[in-house]
Amino acid sequence: MPPALATLGLAKRYGTIEALRGVALEVEEGELVGLLGPNGAGKSTLVKIAVGLVHASGGEATVCGAPAGSRSARASLGYLAELFRFPGWYSADEVLRLHQRLAGSAGGEAERTELLGLVGLSEARGRKVDAMSKGMQQRLGIAQALVGSPRLLLLDEPTSALDPAGRRTVRRLLEELRARGVAVLLNSHLLSEVELVCDRVAILSRGSVVAAGTPAELSRARGVEVATAAGLREFPDATRDDAPRIVADLVAAGERIYEVRVRQTTLEETYLKAVGEEAT
Amino acid sequence: MTGLGVVAAYALRESLRRRVFAIVLVLTAAFLGLYALGTQRAFEEVAQFDSDPVFEAVDERTIAGATLLGLAMFGTLFLGAVLAVFLTHAVVRGDAERGLLQPLVVRPVGRTTLLGARFLAAGVVCALYAAGLFAATAGITYWAGGWWPDRFWLPAAELAAAVVVICMLSLLGSVFLSATANGIAIFMLVGAGIVGGLLGQIGDALDSETLVGVARNASWALPFEALYQDALHSISSKSFGLTGEILQLGPFGGAQRAGGTLAPWVAGYVALAGGIAALAFARKDL
Repeated sequence: MPPALATLGLAKRYGTIEALRGVALEVEEGELVGLLGPNGAGKSTLVKIAVGLVHASGGEATVCGAPAGSRSARASLGYLAELFRFPGWYSADEVLRLHQRLAGSAGGEAERTELLGLVGLSEARGRKVDAMSKGMQQRLGIAQALVGSPRLLLLDEPTSALDPAGRRTVRRLLEELRARGVAVLLNSHLLSEVELVCDRVAILSRGSVVAAGTPAELSRARGVEVATAAGLREFPDATRDDAPRIVADLVAAGERIYEVRVRQTTLEETYLKAVGEEAT
Repeated sequence: MTGLGVVAAYALRESLRRRVFAIVLVLTAAFLGLYALGTQRAFEEVAQFDSDPVFEAVDERTIAGATLLGLAMFGTLFLGAVLAVFLTHAVVRGDAERGLLQPLVVRPVGRTTLLGARFLAAGVVCALYAAGLFAATAGITYWAGGWWPDRFWLPAAELAAAVVVICMLSLLGSVFLSATANGIAIFMLVGAGIVGGLLGQIGDALDSETLVGVARNASWALPFEALYQDALHSISSKSFGLTGEILQLGPFGGAQRAGGTLAPWVAGYVALAGGIAALAFARKDL
């Protein structure tokens, strides 16, 4: 089965500005991939090429094996734009009904009920968009993206307008979708959010992928510190697995141990190092 | 329902919900009320000319009826243009800038279908509006003075076609221009068409071939004006002699018969503009 999303040598040029420079990225079925990067790194451009809103200048992008932007590719995906709006006079239910018709979904009322429940908008089914808070509109946007049971979901800053409770709802939703086998590309500024839910992370800077891996791989070990009666002892090359042996050796040597600390590079530190001065 | 039908129904609903539609309806009601009042008074005045020997050579009731209805047709074209522009001026770039377009475009409907559906919805609303308003003003003219245009269906269809042309120009402009810029640009084009018609009138009065030629080219370059002029001509196409001459010099663009090439020209013009819009939209990054 082809990957839900695959890009190879993907490039985009806006006049003299190179927004993407040969990006290679894959999102497998049921995988949740986080896309990180500072403003202008090319994250939204990458997502927009995948959904067919922007045309690539070079390279290729496929969605479930079909060229990005094709009718078949668009039929396989759901998308929440960073900046979006629904007509104010539509109710939540009507927005979903419209998108069911556009997506050719046969889910009917049952699907709309399920989606509104998933995003916590069951009580607001008949409420007009104009009467919704920004956070409610964003949750409706996520429900809209899920219409037609897409195989790939592309979310561009889906939690930017949400309060902590709303963010937790979205995190749970993403975990639920992963369990159902839906592939998700999550474009976010919130490192903690990405670290919590994503299987893999790709960091973009100046249009290129500068770091990629699982959150654990990117948050790599940076040594072990042991507080002894003689003072702080540092083992810069040691990992978490080395800690018991280090402690045993020190005790055997007659040291008194007060504290053991495994030092790790956080995703934030890796991110800042990867994007360099751009992030400052 | 097909993608075209879904988007057209969406656009139709959007059209009817827009505040501008309510404003146009209020303006229309005010226009019709004033027109009824003015027409009734005008025909009362004209009735007093019957005994005046100065007016023996002309059919003053026809002059009054055709002039008044011509004025109403100008108002119809203007109000139709307002409606057409406001329903289409933001279809692509304006809606994209507001974030309304993206959720629709990523659905498996197709950009050309989306654009076609928006044109269909706006075109139907505007065409029905223009034809309906023409029918209402013709009815008022008949009620007030017992005068009925020489031809009814042709000018009704031509006014409807004229606002459809404006719809298409506005839709084309929306691919390239922001909503405000496009609205201004289309109103300037409508103004240019009217000025072209007035130039033609002046050219006729001064017997200037150059001015008449410029006006004719302008009206064919902006065919809503040629349609309007032909519609104006057709309401009194059976008038002749001094009455016919006076009517040809009538207000707001002289009545000019366009001939049989106008309909295919308009169809080709709209198709070409639609083709350019579809091509540009298909290549546009949103």
